[in-house]
Amino acid sequence: MTDTTTTKAPSRSFWRDVDLRAVAPFVALFLLLVLGSFAHDNFLTTNNLLNVMTRSAYIAIIAVGATFVISAGGLDLSVGAMVAFVASLAIMFMNAGSIASPLGMVLAAMAVMVLIGMACGLANGLITTIGKIEPFIATLGMMGVYRGLTTWLSQGGAITLRNADVQATYRPIYFESLFGIPYPVYAIFVTGAIAAFVLYRTSFGRHVIAVGSNEDVARYSGISVERVRTLTYVIQGLCVAIACLIYIPRLSSTTATTGMMWELQAITAVVVGGTALRGGVGRIWGTICGAFILEIVGNVMLLSNVISEYLLGAIQGAIIIIAMLVQRWLVRKS
Amino acid sequence: MRRLLVGLAAAALAATMGTALAQDKKTIGVSIPAADHGWTAGVVYHAERVAKKLMEEHPNLNVIVKTSPDPASQANAVQDLETQGIDALVILPTDPDPLVNAIKEVKAKGKFVALVDRAPSNNDDSVRDLYVAGNNPALGEVAGKYIAETTPNAEVVIIRGLPIPIDQQRQDGFDKGIDGSAVKVLDRQYGNWSRDDAFKVMQDYLTKYPKIDVVWAQDDDMVVGVLEAIQQAKRTDIQYIIGGAGSKDMIKKVADGDKMVPVDVLYPPAMVGTAMELTAAGLIDQVPVNGTYILDATLVTKDNAEQFYFPDSPF
Repeated sequence: MTDTTTTKAPSRSFWRDVDLRAVAPFVALFLLLVLGSFAHDNFLTTNNLLNVMTRSAYIAIIAVGATFVISAGGLDLSVGAMVAFVASLAIMFMNAGSIASPLGMVLAAMAVMVLIGMACGLANGLITTIGKIEPFIATLGMMGVYRGLTTWLSQGGAITLRNADVQATYRPIYFESLFGIPYPVYAIFVTGAIAAFVLYRTSFGRHVIAVGSNEDVARYSGISVERVRTLTYVIQGLCVAIACLIYIPRLSSTTATTGMMWELQAITAVVVGGTALRGGVGRIWGTICGAFILEIVGNVMLLSNVISEYLLGAIQGAIIIIAMLVQRWLVRKS
Repeated sequence: MRRLLVGLAAAALAATMGTALAQDKKTIGVSIPAADHGWTAGVVYHAERVAKKLMEEHPNLNVIVKTSPDPASQANAVQDLETQGIDALVILPTDPDPLVNAIKEVKAKGKFVALVDRAPSNNDDSVRDLYVAGNNPALGEVAGKYIAETTPNAEVVIIRGLPIPIDQQRQDGFDKGIDGSAVKVLDRQYGNWSRDDAFKVMQDYLTKYPKIDVVWAQDDDMVVGVLEAIQQAKRTDIQYIIGGAGSKDMIKKVADGDKMVPVDVLYPPAMVGTAMELTAAGLIDQVPVNGTYILDATLVTKDNAEQFYFPDSPF
């Protein structure tokens, strides 16, 4: 992502050739870490940083999917409600208990989640492309549908995983670690690596960017715009399903308010990460960095003693704006 | 007041058992918010439960329960109920102020109006005949007093709800409850009455403070997130957590003698049932029920938990 070339004046051209727009989110993340270290002594402990990275997994993974949708010139507002819907169906599936072995049950539920997630994504994609409805309105409508169905399924209350054995089998996915790193953190980076490969190294990825930067040109070059766009929504659905895979083991339950406003957090992560809302540019690692930034801002606020709890929202908003301004400034300098 | 209420409810119940014969057909309309989170889901459950029970007890009584997702559709629902010909209206408004006029219109036609939980700014007898509500300041005060009595030197972290008046009332009540004791509040942050947000806030509290004695989460949904965060951190310094509202999961924990959840403080969604029972008593038995009934924020302990446990309720 940060290409360097060897020329006669290495120090000058190094900076000229680094894509500062891609580096900017990481600079912002670094500054935030410095700021955080002043907020509380325990901020820079492995424990705290792993906590924050682990819980940012949902937004990070959903935002990776959103990077595809947005860089192809689309938008998906339904992802938060989709998390609630997919996770609720999966818990109800596990509660139905059709498979005796707990491990088999969990694996089957995971397959169910992936299928439902992709089906939801496909529905969103077809409505926007075949139905030719603006993505904003189409996915706003679907947001209502997924949220309403979840509320109906839960009768407004909570849907809880009842079987204690299944719960015990599934729980480690969120809470256990491999080599000291919790599984959700691996999930972020594996999802990111696969997504980066697809977006940067495959013809499909190049088509996504082409469709996002100029729909007409892409069409004249023989790209099926509808197919590419629809597939980005399916990828988004898949990412939502992966987020659900690690959401369920945390609290083993969903409520009618699960995933509320997550769509906005995901979109913010994408934009903070350097992807343009108008499409044509996609930065997977920037997006993941953006998700970390969002979660760390909240963490720093809570750990510091100087900020009133009433001001949290204002400061969070201000930090995001400042992060974006730093980006713009770096880009202009290049 | 609280004794009066319990006495009245009991008397009303006993009286209604025997005298339901030979009367005109009466109709009670019940308008409540649609189930959009745990507590309102409980309201819907209890409204339907009590409606069924009342109709079984009084063959001459018809009870219609309508749910509405927002103030505008609730105003329409109230109008529809009125057109259907009701003798009394029991309403738990989604948002009281926008609904005042719709309620007043029903009252102006001489119908009996019982208002539940959420009061408009002008909550007098021009709006309603009967007002039944939980006690937000007491919800905080009861929790505060329990902490001050059980663990007099406790260091407490608080997870608040959303920045709205009832949350502030609970906080003020809590401060009154611990007033004069050595209980120390380390921190208060918003958890938005959400399990996920409470999990995050609790994780950060555990990072921030090496020793925490008690968590006051003031809401049973948030206790779910708090418990997971503590379990993950494997911290043993936290002695107990106090929630609030009275969800079936937390009441069950109290009844089972869970050490981390020894008590709960009631803010019962079943209060809509209280209003319905009283309305029926006034309508059918002609006992006086007009007035204001503020329910206790009862402390649920292992001994009385069974009484507040509804395993079939969604909340």
